[in-house]
Amino acid sequence: MPLLLLTGSARRTAKNWRALRAYAGLVVGLLFFTGCRGVQSAVDPAGPQALRISKLWWTMLIVCSAVFIIVLAVLLYSVFRAHRRNRVADEPGTEQRLTRTISGAVLVTVVILFGLLIASALTGRALSSQPEQDVLTIEVVGHQWWWEVQYDDPLPVRTLKTANEIHIPTGQVVMLKLTSHDVIHSFWAPNLHGKKDLIPGHVALIWIQADRPGVYRGQCAEFCGAQHAHMAFLVVAESPERFADWYEKQLKPAASPADAALSHGQQVFLTSRCVMCHTIRGTTAAAISGPDLTHLASRGTLAAGTLPNTPDHLGGWVVNSQVAKPGNHMPPNELSPEDLQSLVSYLESLH
Amino acid sequence: MSQATKTIIRKGTRVSMDDERERQRLEQTWRTPGGWLGRLSSVDHKVIGKRFIITAFIFFLLGGIEAVLMRIQLARPESRLIGPDLYNQIFTMHGTTMMFLFAVPVMEAMAVYLVPLMVGTRAIAFPRLNAFSYYIYLFGGIFLYVMFLLNTGPDNGWFSYVPLAGPQYAPGKRADVWAQLITFTEVSALIVAVELVVTIFKLRAPGMSLNRIPMFVWAMLVTSFMIIFAMPTVALDSTCLILDRLVSTHFFNQAEGGDPLLWQHLFWFFGHPEVYIIFIPALGMVSSIIGTFTRRPVFGYLALVLSLIATAFIGFGLWVHHMFATDVPQLGQSFFTAASMMIAVPSGVQVFCWIATLWAGRPIFKTPLLFVLGFFFIFILGGLSGVMLASVPLDLQVHDTFFVVAHFHYVLIGGAVFPLFGGFYYWFPKITGRLLNETLGKWNFWLLLIGFNLTFFPMHQLGLQGMPRRVYTYLPEMGWGGLNLLATVGGLIMTISVLLFIINVFRSRRSGEPAGDNPWGASTLEWATSSPPQNYNFLYIPTVAGRDPLWEQAEDQPVVTGLRSDIREVLVTYTLDAEPDHRIKFPNPSIWPLLAAIATTGLFIGSIFTPWAVPIGAVPVTVTLIGWFWPTAKGHREQLASEEQPAEAEDQP
Amino acid sequence: MRRARDQLTALFLLALILALIACEREHRRIGESPPPAATTEGVRQSDLQPGEPQPKAAIENLYEKNAYAVSEGKRLFDWYNCSGCHSHGGGGMGPPLMDAEWIYGSNPENIYSTIVEGRPNGMPSFRDKIGSQEIWELVAYVRSLSGLLPKDISGGRDDHMAAKPAEQSTPREKPVPKPAEHSQ
Repeated sequence: MPLLLLTGSARRTAKNWRALRAYAGLVVGLLFFTGCRGVQSAVDPAGPQALRISKLWWTMLIVCSAVFIIVLAVLLYSVFRAHRRNRVADEPGTEQRLTRTISGAVLVTVVILFGLLIASALTGRALSSQPEQDVLTIEVVGHQWWWEVQYDDPLPVRTLKTANEIHIPTGQVVMLKLTSHDVIHSFWAPNLHGKKDLIPGHVALIWIQADRPGVYRGQCAEFCGAQHAHMAFLVVAESPERFADWYEKQLKPAASPADAALSHGQQVFLTSRCVMCHTIRGTTAAAISGPDLTHLASRGTLAAGTLPNTPDHLGGWVVNSQVAKPGNHMPPNELSPEDLQSLVSYLESLH
Repeated sequence: MSQATKTIIRKGTRVSMDDERERQRLEQTWRTPGGWLGRLSSVDHKVIGKRFIITAFIFFLLGGIEAVLMRIQLARPESRLIGPDLYNQIFTMHGTTMMFLFAVPVMEAMAVYLVPLMVGTRAIAFPRLNAFSYYIYLFGGIFLYVMFLLNTGPDNGWFSYVPLAGPQYAPGKRADVWAQLITFTEVSALIVAVELVVTIFKLRAPGMSLNRIPMFVWAMLVTSFMIIFAMPTVALDSTCLILDRLVSTHFFNQAEGGDPLLWQHLFWFFGHPEVYIIFIPALGMVSSIIGTFTRRPVFGYLALVLSLIATAFIGFGLWVHHMFATDVPQLGQSFFTAASMMIAVPSGVQVFCWIATLWAGRPIFKTPLLFVLGFFFIFILGGLSGVMLASVPLDLQVHDTFFVVAHFHYVLIGGAVFPLFGGFYYWFPKITGRLLNETLGKWNFWLLLIGFNLTFFPMHQLGLQGMPRRVYTYLPEMGWGGLNLLATVGGLIMTISVLLFIINVFRSRRSGEPAGDNPWGASTLEWATSSPPQNYNFLYIPTVAGRDPLWEQAEDQPVVTGLRSDIREVLVTYTLDAEPDHRIKFPNPSIWPLLAAIATTGLFIGSIFTPWAVPIGAVPVTVTLIGWFWPTAKGHREQLASEEQPAEAEDQP
Repeated sequence: MRRARDQLTALFLLALILALIACEREHRRIGESPPPAATTEGVRQSDLQPGEPQPKAAIENLYEKNAYAVSEGKRLFDWYNCSGCHSHGGGGMGPPLMDAEWIYGSNPENIYSTIVEGRPNGMPSFRDKIGSQEIWELVAYVRSLSGLLPKDISGGRDDHMAAKPAEQSTPREKPVPKPAEHSQ
């Protein structure tokens, strides 16, 4: 599974925060939270935005845990202290002492909250500050239940459309322009940044940056109907050179079929239902309702992160996509085994 | 005070009547008629309150069953037990049931039963309206569940975001069912809120000035005002949704000048206060229980009241923190973050005051107090994760994930359900005359505490690991399976705990230890009458000389006499000082509220299918309302007889 | 006693009928392959024929009772660019679909064969390009355009510019045949 392979490569960049995190784990006694590494984890940052947020998270976790422990300790002490006492009547001055203590506690609460507020506001400001240099702009359009991805370029021939997989160069700020084709979705790649809603008729901007190469998984985070659970995407961060290579390859139209079998597969694609919704650049298939399949074989997953991109899964998906993702908009296809075989071979040749 | 009492005594028409005869007459006057028709015409706040509580609890069980189904589906990755279509209906039903059919109604139900007793009067204000509100609530709930069984259960989540719930993406009638259920519950909630405000302001026992009201009553007063300000927003919102769906208006259509964000703003302007509407009454219960079981008045009465009021005000100023992911401008973010954090201050004040009470008092560890201690543990944790969520950057990460699911269950179950269970154990003897079993109660508590934390604590981590909420399944590669299984096990433990509670109720109702008037030695007026209370509540309306009347008052504390016992007469007092103002005749039992509720239900349900249901359905509603208010000759005579000429008022100061 | 039982039975039956109606309306029909309408008849260019008219059982479209299927039909109408010619049903290059006039018949099987076979003067054939379930959904939607479906099944307004009244607000247009040569 590609996802599993990627998990292992995940490493942290925040060296100076590692000690603090370990400390937090000890102090809090919640070793629980330290196992949060992963391809879709908010506390395993791969870029400056997610790093800032995770720093804020650890700060908050430490402060809040301390508050929790202190309050609970005082509560337990009060309960058991009082339990041991045998007098009900207050000692003189109790009222005043309690009032003073409570006022003090409220004051401390206000101070702590103020501190957290400032920390939060500073992080928020840093996140929303716009980069000065020109940045790579990618439009992401949410569909029920997949992601349309379009790379903007001043030259119209160099704009690029793909789906469900976003390649970005490492070390560069990337601006995402988010909108939706139908209902509200939410773009969320937790290793890179927090989420931002895709709202029909609105365009939302978000800046992300990956500092280390890797594949980061993201998922729709706003309930969007039957297949909300299976609306994922991959962000592939790679070195600028490899990204440029990838971009050039993706700009090319689909390769012509190399042999008779593939040619037959292409024919099946163009004469069956596939052509009603999908585009393969370089052929007559140019419908825009479904994901662009020009370089389908270069992508890691099928059906918006639902299945690994293997011939078996692709075949099953084409025959009846409703098994893996019931309710999605791709209809079942009745194809003879030979036709299906050729079609899958053809699609898997679209690198 | 004594001046006022004397006034009443002197003004009274029958002073020297012997207690037993008075009792019999009151019994005759205030009783609920027998027979099916009679029971359905009841306007007794205790009868209706009990029905309200039981109905709400049944909905709690239904919502719980839905929760268990979801937990079973999520116990392992790629489970095929429940498909997306059914799962989406189930989680929507769970949220809708718990918020609209359980949490708010059960708090109001407790108040309908308790508030008139606590303020020392014979009935809730507008008793017929009270009956009507119960029936509307009941019919709304039945309607939702019948539709669910007909595969028409709403499936867009309990906040029904447009455009997903709009005309284009939610075909059929599922979203209309949701929107119309909101109409049912908001009508019911608004009615009860108005009744409570009037009961608390105008029907308090003489001497119970505003600064002597029990904390639970204060909590209900604040809650009622919040309902009155919050509910109309969601009424507007759901009406706009129905109009969009049924008659093609464009309130939420971006292309024609509407905006899907409008839905969210209106919804959360209601939806956030809703959380406080649920949990402020619970805070009142906590204060009641702590006071009783530490044998001392709750510390910092004024601070607690001011905290409640502050919570209510601030609660209206932080709805946008549910929408941080929708591109809120920087300044707005800071404002709503600040407001969201600020609300932790009044909550903190209350927690500190309670701890101080425990510190200074001598806690008696009965089941109600255990639930309150459980409340502290869970609610403080939920409150702190709430502070985290108030921060925009953090919220952007954990919003709409299982972290949020964990957070609001900590706040709502910890903040409201634990005190509510404490409240059940605390007031059950008052309602039934028998105590709940303590052993079962302790099992109930510990299993609920353990099961709850096992279910919801792992969800914090699931959220941080990237698991969004409202997914019907997840891929095995994500590594969420273990914690989800743990949560499911916790959910089953909670189920056992709730079953124990039900067993306890059924056993104790028949064979529990008899309670007596005041089994806990509590201080508030509801414990001054018999358990269960007579249908006229108090033989003589009590007077009050302090915050804890049953602890402080002398044996010979005056009572109010002179209220007529042959008609349903109730004493009305002034809002601030509760000085006697005048007497008023309350309505007799009537079947019309039920008929009006049936007619209204017909209108509401019909209007899902055709706009014509509104004008046509208005006819039976009008007819039943006319029947409701039609003056009878007997009623008129009684009214005239109860009026007095002002000439006797010479001893007014 | 017996009367009470009869009433109960009646109530139960009523509930059952209600249930069936509601279930049919709300069921999410996913991934089905309903039988196609027999389209062997081919395209008729004329109403005239020798002898008596051939008797023919009308084919019922299951999806006309299903709100979800009709909404799917609406989505497909957009996805397959039917509006390119029929312009949201108002007609442009192709004939309007929201009026009373039907050139090739208003019955579900007529519309089905129009989509599969194509028609002269521009209607392309979608044979092998659209599955039977989707065609039936499109048929249901097309019929809802002129108000031929029950109001609680037909769709509401679009989330776009309002190009036409919502199907559920379209008055029922009683189908009348229209000679082919009148259409452009």
